[in-house]
Amino acid sequence: MLAAIQKWFRNSQKTETPLAVTEDRPAEPLARVDTIDLHLRPDDPFLSYLLSANGVVEIDRLKLVSPALSELKAAGVKISVPLVSQGELIGLLNLGPRRSEQDYSADDRRLLATLATQAAPALRVAQLAQLQQIEARQRERIDQELRVARVIQQTLLPKEVPTLPGWQIAPFWQPARAVSGDFYDFIPYPDGRLALVIADVTDKGVPAALLMATTRSIIRSTAERVKSPGEVLALVNDLLCPDIPPKMFVTCLYAVLDPATGLLRFANAGQDLPYLRTAAGLVELFARGMPLGLMPGMEYEEKEVVFAPGDLLLLSSDGLAEAHNAQREMFGFPRIKALMAGAGQGETLVERLMQDLDSFTGPGYEQEDDITLLVVEREAGPGGAAVNEPLQTVAMFDLPSQPGNERQAAEQVIETLAGDGLSPTRRQRLETAVAEAVMNAMEHGNHYQAELPVHIQVLRSPEHLVVRIIDHGSEAQTNQTAETPDLDAKLAGLQSPRGWGLFLIQNMVDEMNISGDSEHHMIELVLNTKEG
Amino acid sequence: MVQPFESSVRLENDTAVVDLHGEINAAAETALNAAYSTAEQGNPAAILLNFQDVNYINSTGIALIVGLLAQARKAHRRLVVCGLSEHYQEIFRITRLSDFMQMYADEHSALSG
Repeated sequence: MLAAIQKWFRNSQKTETPLAVTEDRPAEPLARVDTIDLHLRPDDPFLSYLLSANGVVEIDRLKLVSPALSELKAAGVKISVPLVSQGELIGLLNLGPRRSEQDYSADDRRLLATLATQAAPALRVAQLAQLQQIEARQRERIDQELRVARVIQQTLLPKEVPTLPGWQIAPFWQPARAVSGDFYDFIPYPDGRLALVIADVTDKGVPAALLMATTRSIIRSTAERVKSPGEVLALVNDLLCPDIPPKMFVTCLYAVLDPATGLLRFANAGQDLPYLRTAAGLVELFARGMPLGLMPGMEYEEKEVVFAPGDLLLLSSDGLAEAHNAQREMFGFPRIKALMAGAGQGETLVERLMQDLDSFTGPGYEQEDDITLLVVEREAGPGGAAVNEPLQTVAMFDLPSQPGNERQAAEQVIETLAGDGLSPTRRQRLETAVAEAVMNAMEHGNHYQAELPVHIQVLRSPEHLVVRIIDHGSEAQTNQTAETPDLDAKLAGLQSPRGWGLFLIQNMVDEMNISGDSEHHMIELVLNTKEG
Repeated sequence: MVQPFESSVRLENDTAVVDLHGEINAAAETALNAAYSTAEQGNPAAILLNFQDVNYINSTGIALIVGLLAQARKAHRRLVVCGLSEHYQEIFRITRLSDFMQMYADEHSALSG
């Protein structure tokens, strides 16, 4: 125990320099005040003696084995008065010998005892005030550091929202405290695609923010090496695992958007499911995966979805759905879904979500967790597709690249068109075209690797029916042509008897468009429905 | 539903009739070629491919039929078809297979034609 001990001396200490003595005014001061830093250990018997003492303690006559007592004696203290407040020794009033060199009288002692009774609470108040000042200074310093930390953290977020023609992207980031464990990121790929990242570190505040900065760097550097969302998450997980503090982990959704085709490929490490609002309704985009940093060697399922013009995607951290009001009710997913269904465009959705959260939580709400939102919208105007008119999604599905699945694909497409007035002849032509296009995708694009799916999307406008078949081939495939095969040459054995696929497709539909990028290849089939 | 390809051959006068069942795609290649070889064995004047029970022909199936047609032409044998649905008759026209193979509505009209 370290106590600040005041020692009031009458001017008798030869070794000490008296206070307020000058050569011009050699008059003796009345007294001198020194401070002794007395080290009083909790097990020092002198401490219990002081606590139980009633009034003045005669130091020079006290016999105890105590380093503190020896210290006082060495300093020339004759008597001490313990200053005790609420059972705690907060100071010691020490006096040297009287100037008259006589003993302290009974009156002196009474006076000192009274003084101590009054001084103790006053000293206590002074000590507390000093403590508060120190704490206030510390708090101010921490606040200042947090303000700087917040500024630094904001520099780790994208400074600009990417501009993609035909697309709207609206991010929103609101920490619960000065700094956040949430973050979002945009990583442009050289081929024109864009990675969208949203992540949430367990807990919030400074520990989460530190891990957020690390995770962001790891994701960024990993994205330079690998491009597929599942591989990125698997690598980031392996890199995070050895160094992540116990009981902490990161949920993260990594999606790669191809603005040209509208294809979004994504993997999810435990982040809330993204919602895609299509003309056919709200779709939950599920992909299996453990949060990052829990266990090395994890695999992350990859899924694909195609944005039709007008489709709207919402990525969010759990801070929104899990916000509570004063009645401890949760904001919840159904509310988010309802708002999404009714919202206009992307910017409006962010505003609507936050306004609704405000009115749900009510005044005086203290945000419980960080909230991050990322809204991506494909404009309902002309986009990357060849059919430049607003299209509604009728259906979309994936099929593994296995021989025979082309017929299932064709049947599924036809099923989605039941009751739409397409004549049996045109329906059969479309069935053949879809089957051929899917076979082409499985064979030339995916090389019959079952784990590579063919993605099929059925879209409709008032005048057109559009079926898109997307595989994992590349632009090179777009060189395929639908030239009329030379049957005479084939019959004469001068050409392979094969090579009918694209020719058949082209003859079965009103329009066939082929497009692609470095990782995907798409055949778009168009039927003019107004012609019956 | 997937119907595996099956075929059988019978002789009607001087025409070998190959009855085809199921799907004509890559999986049918061996069986289809074998059936055609069987049909050729008696050196018939004509071979009739009966598509009455065929529910699906894809582009690979078209290529197989082109292969049979090439063989028939080399052997100066008449190759005719019957029983094609309207949809596949259209495909035979688009691919110009119908320029080289007479199409009949059914077996009876093919054999009497």
